[in-house]
Amino acid sequence: MSGFSITEPSNRTKWIAGVLVISYALITIMPLLWIIATGFKSPSDSIAYPPKVVFQPTLEGYVNLFTTQTRITPDMQDKLQPPTTWYEEIVRDKGMVIAGPSRFGQRFLNSVIIGFGSTFFSVFLGTLAAYAFSRFKVPIKDDLLFFILSTRMMPPIAVAIPIFLMFRQLGLSDTHLGMILLYTAVNLSLSVWLLKGFIDEIPLEYEEAALIDGYTRFQAFYKVVLPQAATGIASTAIFCLIFAWNEYAFAVLLTSGTAQTAPPFIPTIIGVGGQDWPAVAAGATIFLMPVMIFTILLRKHLLRGITFGAVRK
Amino acid sequence: MAQIIIKNLRKDFGDFTAVQESSFTIEDGEFFMLLGPSGCGKTTTLRMIAGLELPTSGEVFIDGEEVSQKPARERDIAFVFQMFALYPHMNVRNNISYPLKSQGMPKAQIKQKVAEVAHILGIEDILNKPVGGLSGGDRQRVALGRAIVRDPKAFLMDEPLGALDAEFREHMAEELRALHDRMGATTIYVTHDQLEAMQMGDKIVVMNHGVVEQFGVPQEIYDWPATMFVADFIGSPSMNFLHFQGNVEKGDRTVHLDGHSFYVPEQLQGASGDLVFGIRPENITLSDDSPYRAQVLATEYLGTTQIITLETANGTIKARVPSTKPVKMGDAVGLTFNPRNVTLFDKGTGKALISEGNKGVLDHG
Ligand SMILES: Nc1ncnc2c1ncn2[C@@H]1O[C@H](COP(=O)(O)OP(=O)(O)OP(=O)(O)O)[C@@H](O)[C@H]1O
Ligand SMILES: [Mg+2]
Repeated sequence: MSGFSITEPSNRTKWIAGVLVISYALITIMPLLWIIATGFKSPSDSIAYPPKVVFQPTLEGYVNLFTTQTRITPDMQDKLQPPTTWYEEIVRDKGMVIAGPSRFGQRFLNSVIIGFGSTFFSVFLGTLAAYAFSRFKVPIKDDLLFFILSTRMMPPIAVAIPIFLMFRQLGLSDTHLGMILLYTAVNLSLSVWLLKGFIDEIPLEYEEAALIDGYTRFQAFYKVVLPQAATGIASTAIFCLIFAWNEYAFAVLLTSGTAQTAPPFIPTIIGVGGQDWPAVAAGATIFLMPVMIFTILLRKHLLRGITFGAVRK
Repeated sequence: MAQIIIKNLRKDFGDFTAVQESSFTIEDGEFFMLLGPSGCGKTTTLRMIAGLELPTSGEVFIDGEEVSQKPARERDIAFVFQMFALYPHMNVRNNISYPLKSQGMPKAQIKQKVAEVAHILGIEDILNKPVGGLSGGDRQRVALGRAIVRDPKAFLMDEPLGALDAEFREHMAEELRALHDRMGATTIYVTHDQLEAMQMGDKIVVMNHGVVEQFGVPQEIYDWPATMFVADFIGSPSMNFLHFQGNVEKGDRTVHLDGHSFYVPEQLQGASGDLVFGIRPENITLSDDSPYRAQVLATEYLGTTQIITLETANGTIKARVPSTKPVKMGDAVGLTFNPRNVTLFDKGTGKALISEGNKGVLDHG
């Protein structure tokens, strides 16, 4: 330690900051670790008191999540062929047989289609709208922007009844299209506002330079503006996906079968003889993965922070 | 390369007129300076020539073709932005080759062209670097590279040295001028720095409040300003204004200041009322036996010359005299004026009165 710097923290500050950050991370990550652990417990371990930190891991929860099972009598069991796969064996040990796949896989797929579909449309439409608001003379621009924002001034669920009736009239209830439209509509105001902020930051000179360099207005948009808005587009996409992925209330209200997403489905996983917590926890764990993977994939864009150094302000 | 003609070009932003009915001509191969104070409409004029702004009225001819309503990409001109506007997501090589890619030029040819340009500008070693970390001078060179790489009809530059520090500006100014002389490309260069304009320009147009005040070669503009604004804006220190009330007749060769008679170039235009006697600081001499007296307010030593600030009966003026003559604050001195480059102005209109001296210059402008 030789001097004092405004930007460089001292070792002691670094140490305190480190402790604080790590403690906070531990506190927030606890429930997550708990859920992941519960997914690998046996049903009795999962409700043991005091809670078990060390336990015999089992895939029973995951098997229960993906299958439906029926109980059989011991003498019937004797007549059956011995189990051929590891998951059959787990089920057989409980005195049951696999009756077929559960609906979790299909519900999960619904979540993927609806979540990513609505994210795509929110970001696609949002980028076009934000670019127009940022660059063109749009009549009553400020009022329009305020109007777009005002759609988020109440919780979306406040309009649940009208939307429910509207969806029934239009035949959109329990359809993928209906849910994608709904989530896109809800997310669009966020996406327009976020992206407009990012696009406003990009100096107009770049597009003008591209126009001079022989490109059309549209080429300037997608070759020069879009790459520089990548950070903004990535973070907007993550926000939109998180909302659509986790949305529960509308999903409960508007979907029941074909288009039901994972959030309303997971709580309905009830095992024979009480709540099957390991299966619920396994469902929650799998459900968490896509958003996590998506975020990690886009992390590079989020953190890179394109240098705007080439234009001096 | 091309000749560019600007005819009655005008730009309104709502109620505000940024450029008023401007006309001037840039000859093929000229290094042309668009000079004026901040906010006078230089950038707006340049952008209308480039096709980044639509004129409210008027015409722009590039090589005889009227282009004022054409998109920028069809005008075949290059633009160097004040802040360079290098594409931040591309490296130096891609920045320079970007205009060629839009023309669909084959890769090998692009590569060769970029190498040529890099050699001219001395930036071969940074071709693969991202533009983010470049120094101001290198950014400037890359911006120039992007402009010259495709042999456009003309270069438009908006204060291209504005973002550089003073020391480096001079160096880049020389480099730019040398580059121009080598390529002979028609160049329109915007600046608010009169020294830069005088040093670099073949021709200058001086603008103020959206109006073209004067248009000509640097020496003419310096010697024979068309308006008091130009006289004041150009030169450092600027032209002195000695205010007097009087009457000038056609054919007059003298005017009276504070009761003393001074020679002026033969006047071709009469005027009366509030008039101004304009003279450059270097055309004033201190002479003890002159009856026109002044008091020394301040002296500023500049090496071989000194600037003397003087209080006269017609206002405060500055004289540039050799340093060999000792002058002290508070001294009373006599002044004589070299009549050759005197311009009389009508204070009401701010315009120069036509004389034998400036008639050749002001007739064409
Ligand atoms: N898009 C616009 N909308 C409204 N007013 C504008 C616009 N662009 C420029 N102006 C105004 O027009 C006038 C001339 O602007 P311009 O940028 O041409 O000046 P300039 O001579 O280049 O000045 P500077 O030396 O500061 O760059 C200024 O008063 C400016 O505020
Ligand atoms: Mg400007």
